[in-house]
Amino acid sequence: MIEIKNINKTFGDRQIIFDVSFTFLPGKCNLVIGESGSGKTTIMKMMVGLVTPETGEILYDGADFLSMTLREKQELRKSIGMLFQGGALFDSQTLEENVIFPLDMFTDMSKEEKLERANFCLKRVNLENKNKLFPSELSGGMKKRAALARSLSINPKYLFCDEPNSGLDPRTSIVIDELIKEVTEEFNITTMVVTHDMNSVIGIGHNILYLYKGKKWWEGTNKQVLRTDNKELLDFVYASEFLRELRPK
Amino acid sequence: MEKLGLISHLGRYAMLLNRTFSKPEKLSVYMRQIFREIDSLGIGSLGLIAIISIFMGGVITIQSAYNFTSPFIPLYAVGLGTRESIILEFSPTIVSLIMAGKVGSNIASEIGTMRISEQIDALEIMGVNSAAYLIMPKIIGSVFIFPFLIIISMFLGILGGYVMGVATGACSSYEYIFGIQSFFVPFNIAYALTKTVIFAFIITSVSSYHGYYTHGGALEVGKASTKSVVYNSIIILITNLVVTKLMLVH
Repeated sequence: MIEIKNINKTFGDRQIIFDVSFTFLPGKCNLVIGESGSGKTTIMKMMVGLVTPETGEILYDGADFLSMTLREKQELRKSIGMLFQGGALFDSQTLEENVIFPLDMFTDMSKEEKLERANFCLKRVNLENKNKLFPSELSGGMKKRAALARSLSINPKYLFCDEPNSGLDPRTSIVIDELIKEVTEEFNITTMVVTHDMNSVIGIGHNILYLYKGKKWWEGTNKQVLRTDNKELLDFVYASEFLRELRPK
Repeated sequence: MEKLGLISHLGRYAMLLNRTFSKPEKLSVYMRQIFREIDSLGIGSLGLIAIISIFMGGVITIQSAYNFTSPFIPLYAVGLGTRESIILEFSPTIVSLIMAGKVGSNIASEIGTMRISEQIDALEIMGVNSAAYLIMPKIIGSVFIFPFLIIISMFLGILGGYVMGVATGACSSYEYIFGIQSFFVPFNIAYALTKTVIFAFIITSVSSYHGYYTHGGALEVGKASTKSVVYNSIIILITNLVVTKLMLVH
């Protein structure tokens, strides 16, 4: 479980995040949704330590992340997997090497064990027999799945996904969402997904935080999101005319 | 890269070096990276260094012969002059400047691209010290392999001078060989290699610094690469002057 409490963040003289608190539950897909510029990615970057908040607390199973030393943070990060928007696979390495990389760094597994683990992870994301391909030889969807395989290789307790289906066609988006949902439930991972994709919200939104102009505006589940009376959230959910026509009365 | 003053850049460079030389997560992985860098930065540059050294050695010999017109200057001075020019200045400094262009721009663009494509963030989030993992093997690899490259450059430069000197009739084979054997000061090699090690450190660390702090997109990666070559060249020239004053002028 990850808790954020009263987080504030300012860039220059512009406040981006206003006193946001939320609990990310284990074994569930915790979605942070909102319009572009609402502070979703900033919250995620604060949670993994790429950006430091001015005030507030970030607790990983009760341990205060912000007061940890660099070494303690590095230790915690060994249990964190992250899926970047562009995949962030290492260009100079094959898929297999990408997946093996965290194992090489942090485990004493034998070469055979690492290879077996890499094969398992790649198979889990439907990329078996693609071990020797380089990231430049993959499609957008395959890159995201490969990045997910790399995140899974170390059995993460926490998984962060930054807009996992941006730039993907609807069918591939659903495949990625389903994969994230399956591994979250299968390995009891605390997963945070930053998205503004409504298919994801409805499909995997077990626990949703809606941000509006840097403020926590609403929280609930995918079942509640469609029947909310929160005006800003409704405008976000039913942004297109097509969806407005389908809106339940 | 953000607009910072000189002191801020120096401070940030020092902090980056501090992170770069912190304890590695796993020595075996770093050792593997060091060998990769030796291959990529050093062995990969051998062809370019060989071609430049042979031709420059030839040109230095022809120019020396062209300038030694006085009958009081013996022709073996052509070999002597070529050897001294190559050992003292051409191989350690000019070849390092060329390496600053080839290797330096390569390092800055490689690390810069990793920065803008979030690969460095990915390393950090995995719990890897990205500065140490990416930069330390490059520095150690280049500091180790550059002296070998420079020794090869010296040998090929002097060989190129011999071939061109004899082929053009600038001097005889005997005079050239007598010249390169005359008045040899072993300390000059130590001076050249000391410079080389310092230049290797500068080229890799300054280029890595420019790449590591790249922000933006492809345009900024290009700018970082250009800046790294410019700053490397200036720093190498200044350092060359300082080291020469310290080691050769008593």
